[in-house]
Amino acid sequence: MPSTKEKLLEIKDLKKHFKLDRKSILKAVDGISFDIYQGETFGLVGESGCGKSTAGRTIMRMYEATDGKVDFVGRNVHHIQSKREIKEFNKSMQMIFQDPYASLNPRMTVKDIIAEGIDIHGLIKSPKERAERVNELLELVGLNKDHGSRFPHEFSGGQRQRIGIARALAVNPEFIVADEPISALDVSIQAQIVNLLKRLQKDHGLTYLFIAHDLSMVKHISDRVGVMYLGKMVEIAKSNELYHEPLHPYTRALISAIPVPNPQLERTRERIILEGDVPSPVNPPSGCRFRTRCPLAMDVCSRVEPEWQEYKEDRWVACHLYDERYKEGSLA
Amino acid sequence: MNKILEVKDLSVSFDTYGAEVKAVRGVSFDLEEKETLAIVGESGSGKSVTAQSIMRLIQMPPGKFVNGSILFNGEDLTEKPEKQMENIRGKEIGMIFQDPMTSLNPTMTIGKQIAEGLIKHRNMSKKEAHLKGIELLKLVGIPTPEVRINQYPHEYSGGMRQRAMIAIALACNPKILIADEPTTALDVTIQAQILDLMRGLQEETGTAIILITHDLGIVANMASRVAVMYGGKIVETGTVDEIFYHPKHPYTWGLLGSMPKLDIEEEELQVIPGSPPDLADPPKGCPFVTRCPYAMSACTKQMPAYTNISDTQKTACWLLDDRAPEVQIPESAIVGGSEINA
Repeated sequence: MPSTKEKLLEIKDLKKHFKLDRKSILKAVDGISFDIYQGETFGLVGESGCGKSTAGRTIMRMYEATDGKVDFVGRNVHHIQSKREIKEFNKSMQMIFQDPYASLNPRMTVKDIIAEGIDIHGLIKSPKERAERVNELLELVGLNKDHGSRFPHEFSGGQRQRIGIARALAVNPEFIVADEPISALDVSIQAQIVNLLKRLQKDHGLTYLFIAHDLSMVKHISDRVGVMYLGKMVEIAKSNELYHEPLHPYTRALISAIPVPNPQLERTRERIILEGDVPSPVNPPSGCRFRTRCPLAMDVCSRVEPEWQEYKEDRWVACHLYDERYKEGSLA
Repeated sequence: MNKILEVKDLSVSFDTYGAEVKAVRGVSFDLEEKETLAIVGESGSGKSVTAQSIMRLIQMPPGKFVNGSILFNGEDLTEKPEKQMENIRGKEIGMIFQDPMTSLNPTMTIGKQIAEGLIKHRNMSKKEAHLKGIELLKLVGIPTPEVRINQYPHEYSGGMRQRAMIAIALACNPKILIADEPTTALDVTIQAQILDLMRGLQEETGTAIILITHDLGIVANMASRVAVMYGGKIVETGTVDEIFYHPKHPYTWGLLGSMPKLDIEEEELQVIPGSPPDLADPPKGCPFVTRCPYAMSACTKQMPAYTNISDTQKTACWLLDDRAPEVQIPESAIVGGSEINA
């Protein structure tokens, strides 16, 4: 965790709704607020359909926000108008995608894929400089120079993800959104990519938004973690605190659900097993959205939506159990 | 314990354009009654091909049995005519797949898909099969089964589809259930539900389970015995405690080391460098030789034989040869506290 807590991004009440038809609206992200500090890795976790990918894409302005704002170094991302400024902004934010098979153009050579951003932003003067820069990037992510003239299909999943990372780094971004960058890879390859991302962060002072559903990897790579459920943020904490002392009942269930690679522990561990499925985000439950599956749900949970409050320093939670007014409920 | 399945020296290859891919190369293991055997390994290690061979789901050609046998009830499944296999599939051996959306028939109601096996194998009437279907859906925890049984797969959520798959697989009380990455497509909270369900049903019915997975957490949670596969071979096998607390093979060490640990802080994850071997042209010796930090010249020349570590644990590694140097298990691969390792 970087010692200075300078905000790189400030996300305020961000909403992204998709209109499905005349009557129904899918509220994929429905009012989330958090900051991302300079040089940190902010992990975003949650189950499929919770809105974590949509949140990442809306922050990058790949989607226009329905409401709320994203301030990037003091500037509202969604208010940038002129083409020149948008280009400048695009350079500072890059993305690494989940599927290394679908996210690389099969008809382009690796060096053209990596240099596409360099060309668009006119970052080099001569073809020689371009080749040098590409080679440098290939080496940076652990590939060889001669890989540059090959095509994506000649590479394994892990190598392709390295190409995707080189492409993202090509324009010297400050901030990278990594959307499930390791989910499609084998365990031993996952560790390689995670180590690479960590090393690059250290050497280049990058800030990451790391989106994933695998909590153990997220805990390993992140300084702070935000947990989402049905379009809402339910808890934010430093990654250690989140794992050792989860506050929100959903976070507790999520952590308890991860099977630990330790048979003796698994045999004795008490597990919280949630009942049922995640409700539809088109028609979410009233009050707290988690109440239909919450083992600690109280009367008030169906009536009043819990407030997003700072429980203690750097610790945010949205749950009535931590609200003075409704506290009489069991805090077990 | 009674052996109900014996796989002996099984080799399965696929003829592809230009090369023969040797997906499974001499795999042997037993399955005992009521136990859960986990087969772990990376993609391309041959774990799914092994499972599909038992069910005879491999399309031949391009696939072919090169060698070995699969003994079930004293009969070799690799030699059974297709007609006879139909009496084993679903009745004696059930299977659940990774992706419940593509493995259920989208044009048939869930009820019909459950009834299929019951009518064929247990000579039930349509009505009986329908009632039994409702009972099964209830057993696997689907609410309002009387309504749900008449619905189609797209009306089910991912977790419910996997429950329905389990209901279909268990409809005829099979002796063996093969689960190929049954929870990989599901979210963790739903995964916990499905694993819990499988464990409960196993206790009730006594079915033996072959669980194929790459997730060591699931192995620790479910398995009684483990077989670690790499490059088409089983490199180590043992009870779940032996594999986690006394692993002997460097690949097992690497797998255990590359898992992030929730309870402690690590700066860097242990990495297995490189990538798995090309099975169209597998290494002559040990398949792990190109990625093994302890590789010796013997490793490149010949596949090591199994060394019996205990009655239940076997490891194929040259490091266990008398002439090999002594190597300590790396710290990153040590699981749990010292009291467990003692």
